[in-house]
Amino acid sequence: MSSQAQHPRSAEAAVEIRGLVKRYGEKTAVNGLDLTVARGSVTAVLGPNGAGKTSTIETCEGYRRPDAGTVRVLGLDPVADAARLRPRIGVMLQSGGIYPGARALEMLRHTARLHAHPLDVDALAERLGLDSCGRTSYRRLSGGQQQRLALAMAVVGRPELVFLDEPTAGLDPHARHATWDLVRDLRADGVSVVLTTHHMDEAEQLADQVAIVDGGRVIAEGSPEELCRADARNTVRFRATPGLDLASLLKALPDGSSAGEPTPGSYLVEGAVDPQLLATVTAWCAQSGVMPERLAVERNTLEDVFLELTGRDLRA
Amino acid sequence: MTSQATPSPATTPRATTPRATTPQAYAPRPGAAPVGRMLRAQTALETRMLLRNGEQLLLTVVIPSVLLVLFSAVDVVSTTGPGKRVDFLAPGLLALAVMSTAFTGQAIATGFERRYGVLKRLGASPLPRWGLMTAKTGSVLVTEVLQVALLSVIALALGWHPHGDPLPVAALLLLGTAAFSGLGLLMAGTLRAEATLAAANLVFILLLLAGGVVVPLSKYPSAVRPALEALPISALSDGLRTVLQQGAAMPWSDLGILAAWSVLALAAAARFFRWE
Repeated sequence: MSSQAQHPRSAEAAVEIRGLVKRYGEKTAVNGLDLTVARGSVTAVLGPNGAGKTSTIETCEGYRRPDAGTVRVLGLDPVADAARLRPRIGVMLQSGGIYPGARALEMLRHTARLHAHPLDVDALAERLGLDSCGRTSYRRLSGGQQQRLALAMAVVGRPELVFLDEPTAGLDPHARHATWDLVRDLRADGVSVVLTTHHMDEAEQLADQVAIVDGGRVIAEGSPEELCRADARNTVRFRATPGLDLASLLKALPDGSSAGEPTPGSYLVEGAVDPQLLATVTAWCAQSGVMPERLAVERNTLEDVFLELTGRDLRA
Repeated sequence: MTSQATPSPATTPRATTPRATTPQAYAPRPGAAPVGRMLRAQTALETRMLLRNGEQLLLTVVIPSVLLVLFSAVDVVSTTGPGKRVDFLAPGLLALAVMSTAFTGQAIATGFERRYGVLKRLGASPLPRWGLMTAKTGSVLVTEVLQVALLSVIALALGWHPHGDPLPVAALLLLGTAAFSGLGLLMAGTLRAEATLAAANLVFILLLLAGGVVVPLSKYPSAVRPALEALPISALSDGLRTVLQQGAAMPWSDLGILAAWSVLALAAAARFFRWE
């Protein structure tokens, strides 16, 4: 791994969670969760409300003690080694965390002062569009500005690892992209990022690794591409003259594919759709002397994967 | 253009966008600031938050000043002891100033900081919890210095003639601060923010009336007086009066009461305070 020379400790995972259980009274929020976050990667913890995302993140941040299992963050125990761990991580809570009467830049400057080698506050504020509201008190900032201030506070101390709990919840598209760009730059500079989200596109756009959490455990894990490939029910649809001989098409298609004509003249090919499969379909059309019209490729998105996984399993 | 590529971690980047900052600007370089710098920064911030808050200023500055002027000028309650009315009232209002900042103001502010997750978020910063508490105490002391200066100027303008040593006065103010801080933090760390707001204000009014601040305890029936005298506000106002009005040396019994309250309240706060 080329990043090893730059980060001598990168052999060790950024986060290592084994069999985490977290209960609040009767309610089990996290139920045997395993997760490994590689150094220098962006990991998205994706799941519906109440899936156990925040409980998991807050256990990593040292706010909660596991009821069972182990959690290691940068090789440290978040509770027992809190004093050593805190300066190395950046934290963005799901909401709040800032004095209502503090001005935006005042708060960011203050957070910078708690760190040994902080980022340039003015440059960071400008980048996140906080320069224009720098003298506005937190309670008078818009929701988006409050989110961006919390994000700036999480990264200003130049941490090795950043935990962002729903960093783009409630942001407009512009602010959302500004946040995404910052996360990409953090990653490019070797910062590990763990973020929670319930936006599929956010996970698809940003994450090297996605952990889908539901009912307090990880039910699927992998890169967005891997997750979309798994159990793929991807399709190619087109219209052509009715009654074409599909047997010759099926012969040409890879195993596990299917082809059909659900309504006359409307064709549906299902399988692991890739450029090769698409070429096979169009070549077959050319051989058959037909022009495929309204050809549409539908590939699985994380959204589909997620619905399939969660719909199948629980809430039963 | 250079061909020097940024070391690409783990896997290949997804969508690429032009960087808004120079490469490696965010390269990790973690570390806590020196403890002294953290404490100074946090104390300064806490003090600014306190002085910027209008309701807090009403409680800590306006009310004690108005009471001092009003009760000195108008013969609403008969005062006791040697000297003018202001010689009785000034020590009482110095005690009230300590209570308003260390107890009422601190309880309300800390209660809402807990509610808004400020304490939680600071818990993830390099500032240790003891550092936060030290900073809070520091900002309370800074505010008290300003209050004492203001009230002293007003009292002197009204003809106040303070007696006694500064040393016992300082000891009383410090022990009073410790006792009221402990009580304030106990309240803020255990009750909901709204309950703290209501209870802290109620206690402020009750102790203002029944703690020897403006009304001498001798006006109360002798049956309840021993209980009232054991209150921290009574010990503080009586102690300050013993020194500043009567010129006594060390008011040991008042210092003892304040010390006992300090130990009990701070221990309870340390035991029961919940950060979120």
